[in-house]
Amino acid sequence: MYGKKVKLRLLFLSFIFLIIVLSIFLILKSLEENVVYFISPTEIKNLSEIDNSKRIRVGGMVKEETIKVSQNEISFVITDFKNEINVNYSGAIPNLFSEGKGVVAEGYLSDRSFLKAKKILAKHDENYMPPEVKEALENNK
Amino acid sequence: MISSHIGYYSLILGFILSISLLIYSVYCFKKNNTKINQNIFSILFLQFFTVIISFISLVYSFVISDFSNETVYNNSHTTKPIFYKISGTWGNHEGSLLLWLLVLTLFIFLFIVFSKKQPTKYRLLSIFFQQIIICGFFLFLLSTSNPFNFLFPVPNEGLGLNPILQDPALAIHPPILYLGYVGSSIIFSASLASLVQNNINSLWAIHIKKWIQIAWVFLTIGILLGSVWAYYELGWGGFWFWDPVENVSLMPWLCLTALLHTIIVLEKRSLLKSWTVILSIATFTLSMSGTFLVRSGILNSVHTFANDPKRGVFILLFLFGLILLSLILFFIYQDKENNSQKNFFLISKETSILINNWFMMYFLSVVLIGTIYPIFLEVLINEKISIGPPFFNKLLIPFLAIFLIFMSIGPKLKWIKDNFGRIKYLRIILFFICIITSFYLIKKTSSEILFTSVLGGAAVYLLFISIEDLFKKKYNTSQVISHFGFSLFILSILFNSLFSNEFSANMKVGQELSFKKDQIKFLKIKILEKENYKSVIANFEIIDEKENVISMYPEIRIYNQPNILTSEADIISSVFSDKFMVINLLKGEEIFNVRYQKKPFMIWIWISAFLISFGGILSLFKRN
Repeated sequence: MYGKKVKLRLLFLSFIFLIIVLSIFLILKSLEENVVYFISPTEIKNLSEIDNSKRIRVGGMVKEETIKVSQNEISFVITDFKNEINVNYSGAIPNLFSEGKGVVAEGYLSDRSFLKAKKILAKHDENYMPPEVKEALENNK
Repeated sequence: MISSHIGYYSLILGFILSISLLIYSVYCFKKNNTKINQNIFSILFLQFFTVIISFISLVYSFVISDFSNETVYNNSHTTKPIFYKISGTWGNHEGSLLLWLLVLTLFIFLFIVFSKKQPTKYRLLSIFFQQIIICGFFLFLLSTSNPFNFLFPVPNEGLGLNPILQDPALAIHPPILYLGYVGSSIIFSASLASLVQNNINSLWAIHIKKWIQIAWVFLTIGILLGSVWAYYELGWGGFWFWDPVENVSLMPWLCLTALLHTIIVLEKRSLLKSWTVILSIATFTLSMSGTFLVRSGILNSVHTFANDPKRGVFILLFLFGLILLSLILFFIYQDKENNSQKNFFLISKETSILINNWFMMYFLSVVLIGTIYPIFLEVLINEKISIGPPFFNKLLIPFLAIFLIFMSIGPKLKWIKDNFGRIKYLRIILFFICIITSFYLIKKTSSEILFTSVLGGAAVYLLFISIEDLFKKKYNTSQVISHFGFSLFILSILFNSLFSNEFSANMKVGQELSFKKDQIKFLKIKILEKENYKSVIANFEIIDEKENVISMYPEIRIYNQPNILTSEADIISSVFSDKFMVINLLKGEEIFNVRYQKKPFMIWIWISAFLISFGGILSLFKRN
């Protein structure tokens, strides 16, 4: 038989192993729940079904002449030059939000052409375009 | 023109010196001298000198707005105030790398000067490993990101510095952060050298501890400054967003904090030798990959600046090489005689430090996975995702509570062996009182009462314990201050996130709205022409429930070169609460997007974070 020390060590090792497996499981599970997918307006059009409870990001350009402002809300249209989606938002907007510029809106879909945004994302650089937006635009050219 | 030439050639000279140092240190190593050759000091100093010449000439080019230099052209403008011309030097990719290099060469020089009591061979090897890193940075600068490229024809005007970088906090944030990162490179080289020399013992621990503390203090303050900047310049009203760029600075910090604790075990008990080396390697690797991830444009971050992906490949290869080298060395020279069994008792200070390490590693892996998982997913199945704060909060908060409890018990335990008999029942009662009090405090506000109240209770408990220790003097003052700071930090963040209020609306001049019990009046706007921007200052009046009238002046700056808008938040800080107001232009210049926040205990977050690092500063001046 194995000595007491070896047994203790084995117990300790399996304990550590268990903890590692447990924490990895925890991390992955929470990852699954908290991931926000990035979708372009065209992809939304092609979705087979929409999930109202899933938070998503939609990126594209703010269509010219579409920003409408009321006291508590702003609404605008995000376009990837192929398809469009209406966005409704109340809250603070970032510095570089304007017509004809890139934008990423995060929120929940009401239906295929309407997004209730919870967050509008900021950028630091006027020439910078979020990689997702750039790609979405390039794909549609 | 001439300054760029000087800068460039002195960089090349520095590179040659670096190669010669690599060869020379091996040569000296083979010769078995008892003392370090005077030549090595001279070459090290000369190398530092060449880099500083190069750095000064870049600063000079920025100051005189020499647009024949590409870096200056891309990042400067004649109308920029002189302070930002200088800070613009490291506000860009090329300049910031030159700063890295400057700090690298400075640190190795200081390291050799201040390690006279250490074995000669160990010092030579440290130089050797450090020069490998320095050499890599020279190559990187000269091949892919030369700060001294010429432009012809010479443009009349530069493109200007991104206005959000034109800020005093951000002018000193990168240098301080780099001091932390680069400090970890010294730890890396020294522990590799020590590994090869089989020199990892208490004496070495005492010597390297100071360097770990230095790196840790700078890293902590660097992160703090970045966070302060984000708070008042980005106008989001928060200080930490779990943004990838923030995460990459937090990862080396977690690792370094683990190392900061482990090194004490090595010093007092000569245990955990291999673990110390692994942590040193990991800290530096994480610092390097931080630079790589930020600079390569791989990270999908709101902080990202437009940049060149080719550079990423170089850093990636370099990083890969360094990791490979250190792993090979680790497996060859790892301490074969297994002495981890020697007197490692369950209830002892060393176990509590080990527990600290386990927690740090857990926090690290959560942050790491949260940061790189999106990259992997994009590369593997071309799916674009982002991971937001809920992920981190959910995984970190419950464990943070347990961590805090261990944090209040751990430092009280004795080395080698302790027992449960010393537990005072009063303490346990105090602990439960803390939790129950915080439960009742938090009950009304939070959705996750259980976790937050345990967290709050644990933090309050740690706070009491640290205050008690402060008056005893028997304990290690710097440790108590840092732990006290940490508990205050967690408490302020907790109360801040629970009791913050936010109001946002789109308002015209003259409009009046109410928010909870406050009245918010938009009185007027004023437009001013400044040196390099146009400023739109709004005037708001806020009347609170006690009829106090507060005027706030949030501002929008419209910079002319580059043409960018920034919002300057108006923040009124008081002991208990911050009032934060930021405005933004909507369509035209008539309607403004107004955001008003009340953020309790905001100032205490900064104070407590400073206290944490202040503990580190104190320990630097402590004699062994």
